[in-house]
Amino acid sequence: MKIKKLSLALALACAFGVGSAQAATEIQWWHAMTGALADQVNSIADKFNASQSAYKVVPVYKGSYADTMTAAIAAYRSGKAPDIVQIFEVGTATMMAGGKAIKPVYEVMAQAHEKFDPKAYMPAVTSYYSDTQGRMLSMPFNSSTPVLFYNKDMFKKAGLDPNKPPKTWDEVGADAAKLKEAGIACPYTTSWESWVQLENMSAWHNQEFATKQNGFGGLDAKLSFNNEVIVRHIAKLSSWVKSGLFIYAGRGNQGDAKFYGGDCAMSTASSALYGHITRSSKFEFGVSELPYYPEVKGAPQNTIIGGASLWVMGGKKPIEYKGVAKFFTFLSSPEIQAEWHQKTGYVPITKAAYELTRKQGFYETHPGTDVAIQQLLLRNPTKDSKGIRLGYLPQIRNIIDEELEAVWAQKKGPKQALDDAVARGDVELRKFERANKAGAR
Amino acid sequence: MEKRTQFPVGWLPYALVAPQLAITIVFFIWPAGQALWQSLLVQDAFGIHTEFVWFENFQVLFADPTYLESFRVTAVFATLVTSLGLGSALVLAAACDHVIRGARTYQTLIIWPYAVAPAIAAVLWTFMFNPTVGILAYGLEQIGYHWNHQLNGGQAMALIVISGLFKLIPYDFLFFLAGLQSIPKSLIEAAAIDGAGPVKRFLTISFPLLSPTSFFLLVVNLVYAFFDTFGIIDAATQGGPFRSTTVLVYKVFQDGFKGLDLGGSAAQSVVLMAIVISLTVVQFRYIERKVQY
Repeated sequence: MKIKKLSLALALACAFGVGSAQAATEIQWWHAMTGALADQVNSIADKFNASQSAYKVVPVYKGSYADTMTAAIAAYRSGKAPDIVQIFEVGTATMMAGGKAIKPVYEVMAQAHEKFDPKAYMPAVTSYYSDTQGRMLSMPFNSSTPVLFYNKDMFKKAGLDPNKPPKTWDEVGADAAKLKEAGIACPYTTSWESWVQLENMSAWHNQEFATKQNGFGGLDAKLSFNNEVIVRHIAKLSSWVKSGLFIYAGRGNQGDAKFYGGDCAMSTASSALYGHITRSSKFEFGVSELPYYPEVKGAPQNTIIGGASLWVMGGKKPIEYKGVAKFFTFLSSPEIQAEWHQKTGYVPITKAAYELTRKQGFYETHPGTDVAIQQLLLRNPTKDSKGIRLGYLPQIRNIIDEELEAVWAQKKGPKQALDDAVARGDVELRKFERANKAGAR
Repeated sequence: MEKRTQFPVGWLPYALVAPQLAITIVFFIWPAGQALWQSLLVQDAFGIHTEFVWFENFQVLFADPTYLESFRVTAVFATLVTSLGLGSALVLAAACDHVIRGARTYQTLIIWPYAVAPAIAAVLWTFMFNPTVGILAYGLEQIGYHWNHQLNGGQAMALIVISGLFKLIPYDFLFFLAGLQSIPKSLIEAAAIDGAGPVKRFLTISFPLLSPTSFFLLVVNLVYAFFDTFGIIDAATQGGPFRSTTVLVYKVFQDGFKGLDLGGSAAQSVVLMAIVISLTVVQFRYIERKVQY
């Protein structure tokens, strides 16, 4: 009996193995996902490979986002680029300036005669990766947006209504003061300060982050986030640092651990943190929209995304592009997107996947997981809220981190620090413009 | 007048040094040449558009006040790491050379940290000094000292110096101990019979005889502080707060690897290369004269 089963399995394996080795065109997909996310990536590829036999997507883990991007660029330079590579959002401008090194997604889809309706996608997600004419350059993959997480147990302890999270920044301040009075050492913290407090706060209040439509309109953009709304916001946060309402946890995602570790009562962080908090925290928590200033006209607008998208590299054979197009269609299907969204906490890239998830009753059993989507769908993105398309954005974020740290340490005033960040960031932008003039599209 | 014998030179000596030369060219000269060449170019990440610009990258670099500031940070960091590393390793080695019972255990324990990867060491120390959960930060808080390296530049510097030393001290210790053990016992005993105490014996006999070792370690430690510490800084402080731990090599890593500014970071590595070459030349010309082999 056992032997029979085994030989059957062997025969099947042979048949499939040999069959695919002969016919299938291999499509290399380099990514930077680890742990549970890597499992999902592999499962998507497996499902695609099982659904047809002409193409075989091979996911390869290439290290961190920066590692993956550097590896793909080095591979292109030596003529061994993958077909698809996952690039973090701050690398978008560099990829775009790559000229013939990359192939825009809309071109891939059109040349493969693949059915492709850009309107089916969520505008706030695709706009980040589209050109000024609205043509999609890369396929959004893992996208999230900043939301407010709050610890319901701590809210109860401070006598606050755990089902009434703060909606505006003034309410955040008032709640933080009550939490502090109740003996909570860290009422509020944040992760990704440049992304949350500057880039997203600008979009959320429909304020310009940089000229030329936040850089979408050309490489000669200049930073302009030192406007009144942002200066006032940073001044508010700085006063909270002084009074102990806002605890600075460090750069990047270091604020995350302070929230799910149970130190901080509120945190503005990536919506993709949801799963992690569910797994590792022992308290009840809630999710709410990113707070805003009601006195600013047009606020709240919509928030912008972070995460990564899939770029198609240039110089490949038409048959490979055909396979990439088929894979992207498969990747965008509601079932795949809904599963990706529910398993990882990233937002789905199509409205259909959102509808499907709602029909499945996922948002009732996992309250708060739809906050990010509603925030992104709130209004149609304007020129100031569709994303940030700036060269050397990693360096600019670094400069912003440095200048904000000077504010939190009370070494610089908010206006001075933001002016300095703009001046220093503009130097980086000019350097990028100088290096990429010829390749720009 | 010294008499030199001349041997006829054939192909053999060249053949014998050829492998060494090949390795030097492939792994040292060639990459250094590449960096030099790249530093004169302005190029996009994919290498599609390249322009030869002479020294423009350097002009941009030295017009940047934050770059000049990172020289100061680097000098402070390198001085602290090298002097504290050499000093404490020497004290530990001298003490260990003195111990009779359980000397092996001490030695093994002190050498252990060397087996820890630098970035891991930095993560360990960062965790221990974490303002909210760190045991050391907690201890400091108990004795009334507020620790927050995320906002205090001096404390952040202390953190990366400690993380750097963690790995450097065992290395220096090993060399010092070997050096001490190779000093002839007869010299020490003779001094002891003449009435010199342990401190006097160390200062007048052991320390001068260790000078070749100390000199070698000085060079190695400086190179370590200049080149090998970006992993530590990336894991512990990412150059912050407010650039107070952005040393030259970390800026190269950040701009080149993370930011893909190839020309700019190549120019920075050329500057770094020049600094280390000149430091080494100075050391060999002036300090080595005082060294007794």
